[in-house]
Amino acid sequence: MNRRPSWLAAVGWNLALVVACAVTLYPVLWVIKMALTPSQAFDLSPSPIPNTFSLSNFHDLVMATDMAGRWLFGHWLFNSVVVAGATTLLSLALATTAAYAFSRFVFPGRRIGMTLFLVTQMFPGVVMAIPLYLLLDAMNLLDSMVGLTLVYSTTAIPFCVWMMKGYFDTIPKDLEEAAVMDGAGRWTMFFRIILPLARPAIVVTALFSFMTAWNEFILAATFLSDETAFTLPVALQRYVGDYSTEWGHFAAGAIIVSTPVMALFFALQRHLIGGLTAGGVKG
Amino acid sequence: MLMALVFAALLAVPPGVRGDAPAPATLRLWHSYRGAERDAVERVVAEFARIHPEWPVELLAVPYEAFANKLTSAIPRGNGPDVFIAAHERLGDWVESGLIAGLPEGDPWSGFFPATVEAVTWKGRQFGYPLAFKSLALFVRDDVLGGPVPGDTDSLQAACRRMAAGRPGNFCIAWEAGSFYHHAPWVFGFGGGILDKDGKPRLDRPENAASVAFVTGLTKDGHMPQEPTSALITQLFNEGRVAMAVNGPWFLGELAPGVKYSVHPLPRVSSTGLPATPFLTVDAAMVSSKSTVPEAAGALARFLAVEGAAPRLVDARQVVALASAWDLTDVAVDPIVVQFREAAAAAIPMPNVPVMRAVWEPASQALRAALRGAAEPEAAMESAMQRIEIATRPRPAAANPLFALAGLAILGIAALVWAARRFRRDDTWSRMRASSHAYAFLAPAAVATGVLVFVPFAVGTGVAFFSHHQGEFTYVGLANFINILGSTDYAVTEPLSFWFTLGVTVMWTVVNVFMHVSIGVALALVLRRPWMKLRGVYRVLLIVPWAVPSYITALIWKGMFHKQFGAVNGLLVWLGLEPVSWFSHFWTSFAANVATNTWLGFPFMMVVTLGALQSIPGELEEAAEMDGATAVQRFFSITLPLLKPALLPAIVLGGVWTFNMFNIIFLVSGGEPGGSTEILISEAYRWAFSRQEQYGYAAAYATLIFLFLLAWSLAAGRLQRRTA
Repeated sequence: MNRRPSWLAAVGWNLALVVACAVTLYPVLWVIKMALTPSQAFDLSPSPIPNTFSLSNFHDLVMATDMAGRWLFGHWLFNSVVVAGATTLLSLALATTAAYAFSRFVFPGRRIGMTLFLVTQMFPGVVMAIPLYLLLDAMNLLDSMVGLTLVYSTTAIPFCVWMMKGYFDTIPKDLEEAAVMDGAGRWTMFFRIILPLARPAIVVTALFSFMTAWNEFILAATFLSDETAFTLPVALQRYVGDYSTEWGHFAAGAIIVSTPVMALFFALQRHLIGGLTAGGVKG
Repeated sequence: MLMALVFAALLAVPPGVRGDAPAPATLRLWHSYRGAERDAVERVVAEFARIHPEWPVELLAVPYEAFANKLTSAIPRGNGPDVFIAAHERLGDWVESGLIAGLPEGDPWSGFFPATVEAVTWKGRQFGYPLAFKSLALFVRDDVLGGPVPGDTDSLQAACRRMAAGRPGNFCIAWEAGSFYHHAPWVFGFGGGILDKDGKPRLDRPENAASVAFVTGLTKDGHMPQEPTSALITQLFNEGRVAMAVNGPWFLGELAPGVKYSVHPLPRVSSTGLPATPFLTVDAAMVSSKSTVPEAAGALARFLAVEGAAPRLVDARQVVALASAWDLTDVAVDPIVVQFREAAAAAIPMPNVPVMRAVWEPASQALRAALRGAAEPEAAMESAMQRIEIATRPRPAAANPLFALAGLAILGIAALVWAARRFRRDDTWSRMRASSHAYAFLAPAAVATGVLVFVPFAVGTGVAFFSHHQGEFTYVGLANFINILGSTDYAVTEPLSFWFTLGVTVMWTVVNVFMHVSIGVALALVLRRPWMKLRGVYRVLLIVPWAVPSYITALIWKGMFHKQFGAVNGLLVWLGLEPVSWFSHFWTSFAANVATNTWLGFPFMMVVTLGALQSIPGELEEAAEMDGATAVQRFFSITLPLLKPALLPAIVLGGVWTFNMFNIIFLVSGGEPGGSTEILISEAYRWAFSRQEQYGYAAAYATLIFLFLLAWSLAAGRLQRRTA
């Protein structure tokens, strides 16, 4: 496994990956091309290589201000970062604990609880939006980031619970048994042993819940009624009209929205690889 | 700790970020304008605020896609705007649901073009001040046409024949022929119609079929491109590869700088002598019926329409509805805008009756079927009529809820008794007390999802037992379910019947999940090899599809599957194969959807696998390799079983998400051909939003989706336990 493969195999694998990346990036190149073209038309030409280079679409988006002269993009970015960040932390906090309970304890209601979390993923969104609106209205959380964060977290939690539980199940119990011998309590065990070992799964679920909140716009657009309270995707979606769409602006926005996700993934992927080699199982 | 800090910060933030909470007298104005139109409205509002300092105005630009929903949820609860700007199409619906207020008679009405006033009139009363209107017109690239602008269809066809002799690969004329809105001018030009004199849709007329035959003829003769989408038309027109385009004022924003064009009225239909008459859509300022400051709201709406007309005309090039605004002598009005007004002279207001919204989708499907030669024009119009009749069928009779309530109560008590007995028998209470620590770990997540997921779902599901009509819900018992499951509208084997769609949905899910998992796992296995030097780069590049908002990439994929200009067919031709008409056949259309969704979905499985692979000690595989196991054997007997605990949840959840993956179906195939590639969730959306807002029926669909998934997951769970 760790042995270097033959020169030919290495070239072959790299070639295969280059082809995979090319197929993956081919449609995305159009997004970049549209973003760099000042025209607002949807580009259908066969070549995805940009033939103009203009940052005017980015400029329009980033420099947007409202009537009172407030810098809207700054507000949007701030809101998005806060909402997505808080969603990630909240859903991780709630999901890791719940997943730990499901993975390590036997208690009445365990199976049905797991099923109930799974079941939430089966609720089609079409029936949820209006009741959620009523609920947030009743709780007075309609026009706030707290309301949005709570809604996004509860959307993401079931997935996180399931993922984390699956991963926790693969962590051998011997470690905890040893810790019990040393007199560690349940919470110490959870924080000191389980969480560090589950880092790859935490990274995956964190990325997932971040993106749940980061890309969502329908609920945000329905709940928020102040331009400075919008999140980035809501602002982005405004370029889609009933008859026509400003594709240049939309593409520029799409790039702005997706860059942080890729950066985050790039920054976190070390933890995806680190995994157990850093933990105590192997050594 | 960090967590607590962020959350505390979050709780503290809202008041500041929400800005100044509007004082009671603040007027709220919602619109979905962009660019120059938005700037003009902001200036008009600023002027209004200068004259009326006692009425400050707060503007909100709402994304178009969320606009209508936001209005219908916010206004009845007093969270809505005082004034909003919207197209008049849904005016009838809004009046009947009590969302907008009637306006005073008299003064300004005679100043608007009569057709625009007609558009905002409902049962003899006006419900919005007309701001501007839009209608289709003929855009001509005079340099490409090289002759007089055709005034009737005979000279149009003559011009096309003359051009066809010239340059191959170029077209004479183009419009979005697959959209009924763009086709409507020809319906009227051929003497046909859409609604009969009682206001009921009637498409199956010989004149309508003649209009469809005219368009299919143009396509067949190669004068018009195939599958003409709005993006394609823009591109062809900008490149000078089409001489004429039928489009609206929004087209101006898409034209490349330097393109020389002129705007004209649509030609006359030679056989009838009637002009091709487009629909007129009117942007109107409407006053919410729930406004707390109705007087100020009315004044603002009026100000936008009257005093605001000149700036909107001059600065935003809006085709404004106030006649006197056009008499400006001191400022030159853009000649193109004048040409638009002239082209709209014959236009007729789009009917503002709610039933009209049930016409678009079936009529457009019929058009596309005729255009690709799958149906004769007459047959296509008849099948559209059938679908319209189903969408507008009478609502089920109201039922007595008492019966159901009693049944529910009995069931509830029975369930309680059963649970209590089991509780006691299994000594659950003491076992629960013994595991209080487990509940402590579980409680926060359980409470949060309980409140914010289960409660809304229960409410939403309850709607399935009701029928919705203009804001009012009537209890109808199981009628919606009986209709859906009994397939009363469509034979079981027809597309759009519940059972057919269910079959497609299951197939869609299975194929997609298989593709996601196999590609994702394969890539993850390759990427984890330590000798792979560039793996960090590959990994980041390969998650790009997951990171980019799918709205835009899905549309790019749709473009890639275009018959004449798509990259996929380009590749096929390059390989010496025949180009495929992807959205004309069920299987190719389905494949296009699957390809798009595979592209979108594999990065997720790849990332999950990368994470899960970390719990597999490398020694196991090394040992197996030493024992002479082949790579395939190692994968199936070591890696895969060890991946299973972490991968299985991802597969189960991925399956559920794919089952409800609405976006791709909607954006890529749009259900083509003839609704056969729809899945259950996209059908539910159509019932809720494009077929008379039958929320109850849509909720019944959603409930059935849920029950099906539940049954499937229970069966899968049982199977898994048995095999384990």
